[in-house]
Amino acid sequence: MAWFRRSKVSINVNDAQRKDIPDGMWIKCESCGEIIHRSQLEQQLFTCLKCQYHFRITSEQYLSFLLDEGSFKEMDRKMRSTDPINFKDTKLYKERIKESMRKTGLQDAVRTGTGKISGMPIAIAAMDFGFIGGSMGSVVGEKVARAAEKALKSKCPLIIISSSGGARMMEGALSLMQLAKTSGRLAQLSDAGIPYISLMTDPTTGGVTASYAMLGDVNLAEPAALIGFAGPRVIKQTIGKDLPPGFQRSEFQMEHGFVDMVVHRKEMKETVTKLLNYLWA
Amino acid sequence: MAKTVLEFEKPVVELEQKVEEMRKYSDALDIADEIKVLEEKILQLRKTIYSGLTRWQKVQLARHPDRPYTLDYIAMMTTDFIEMHGDRCFADDKAIVGGFARIEGEPVMIIGHQKGRDTKSNLYRNFGMPNPDGYRKALRLMKLAAKFGRPVVTMLDTPGAFPGLEAEERGQAEAIARNLFEMSHLPVPIIVIIIGEGASGGALGIGVGDRVLMLENTWYSVISPESCSSILWRSWEFKEQAAEALKLTAPDLLAQGIIDRIVPEPLGGAHRNPQQTADTLRVVIHEELKKFRKVNPDKLIEKRVEKFAKMGKWEE
Ligand SMILES: [Zn+2]
Repeated sequence: MAWFRRSKVSINVNDAQRKDIPDGMWIKCESCGEIIHRSQLEQQLFTCLKCQYHFRITSEQYLSFLLDEGSFKEMDRKMRSTDPINFKDTKLYKERIKESMRKTGLQDAVRTGTGKISGMPIAIAAMDFGFIGGSMGSVVGEKVARAAEKALKSKCPLIIISSSGGARMMEGALSLMQLAKTSGRLAQLSDAGIPYISLMTDPTTGGVTASYAMLGDVNLAEPAALIGFAGPRVIKQTIGKDLPPGFQRSEFQMEHGFVDMVVHRKEMKETVTKLLNYLWA
Repeated sequence: MAKTVLEFEKPVVELEQKVEEMRKYSDALDIADEIKVLEEKILQLRKTIYSGLTRWQKVQLARHPDRPYTLDYIAMMTTDFIEMHGDRCFADDKAIVGGFARIEGEPVMIIGHQKGRDTKSNLYRNFGMPNPDGYRKALRLMKLAAKFGRPVVTMLDTPGAFPGLEAEERGQAEAIARNLFEMSHLPVPIIVIIIGEGASGGALGIGVGDRVLMLENTWYSVISPESCSSILWRSWEFKEQAAEALKLTAPDLLAQGIIDRIVPEPLGGAHRNPQQTADTLRVVIHEELKKFRKVNPDKLIEKRVEKFAKMGKWEE
């Protein structure tokens, strides 16, 4: 499917433009403006047929096409935040959590569990950007760490699908420590010789990039995903200049040596299967 | 005497100046009593001020321009320091310094963020904000220490990892992630001390260890109060509230189970008596190192990973 590899030229979307997929039968592509029927979009795994733009999708959607049908067994489904430092800005953190729960039907910004990819058992974590910007607090850190532990104990590969604005401010230093927690578990997994594939989607920035997202034995990224440490706005402020086109996108990260492959969503399962066959089967 | 005076330091500094004046311009014995009274008053005032500091005021103390930095501590508390340079990859980042030194005679690899003191040295040190090369240099030195069985001491003092264009091109995120990963299973003891500002991943990038200590007037969090204010309040004006909300002081972090120990500073802060602070630190580091003298590397690593694995709070 060679035409997908050329797609990077046409995909260049401003981060602020990328939104959740709206309700309704007809959906407008945020990149090229094409009007697409929902059923067709679903068939295309929420990528635009015309310009290959990848819509942001939920953990549930991602798991549904990456894993073998019916193989997902969720872990720690009920784990939730306790608002450990009683955080309040213009809003109570407790309220933000409640709102996000109501809006997304999720408990926090990651779902973890076990499943199968092309028959191969794996442990998996998939993040949800829709839950407080996919931010990592204690719950995300703990669930990801446990997914790695699960992989270690049942000796199966680990896959993490990242989509996050970074560490969650509302849990202060406890959020920061989740970077160390998850990286520590990944070090153990690595020492045990068990593969870990990191899959970065739009956006993967801040503390998630600076911990598990960059630590894969293989780092994969969806086309045109924003991937970086500092956000583009902060960098722009620092250097006082406009950022070059494509800055911090998947293709830029591959060009600079931090991503192995930019993989179209429709080829993701096939690519991961091939990799697992080399690394583990 | 302090060259820079913070708002809440003013009453004390004014009284101190008064005492100094009195000493200078009069040898008369009859004012000795008066000086004594004033000195007592100063002490009481300092006790009152410094026991009631807000979190934001502590952030200001942590950033005090007269505060000792890594190289100052190395000069005051170690001997035989040999500074080493470069990441063997791209550059020698001046915002992180490191090398072998002796603490109470014991050889260690000591690594820390380094700020500058004036415009020129701050530009040279990039205000203590490392590029990826700094983290890679730190990791190279840690691996060197591990190869020859020397413990590692790291000193954290940064306003953050540098958010620049080239930093991103060279993989700021990867460099920090790699350090967290490698420090997690480094087979020698690691003692971490926050000596000033512990801003986010830029600080943690050299901050995974077996013991994590904080000097009394320092801060450590996921974001600076200013950036937190700008994101959550959409204005830079709410830094005081943000500092309160983030619970980022040494006692806060001890309560959250993130640090192991608070190292006391002289009344008024480390900059009031740098040598005294360094002396305390030397004794404390030596004490901590002793605990790891006969530890098995595998157990050390396991304990370190479990230490961080416990951090955080959730319900299920
Ligand atoms: Zn399109």
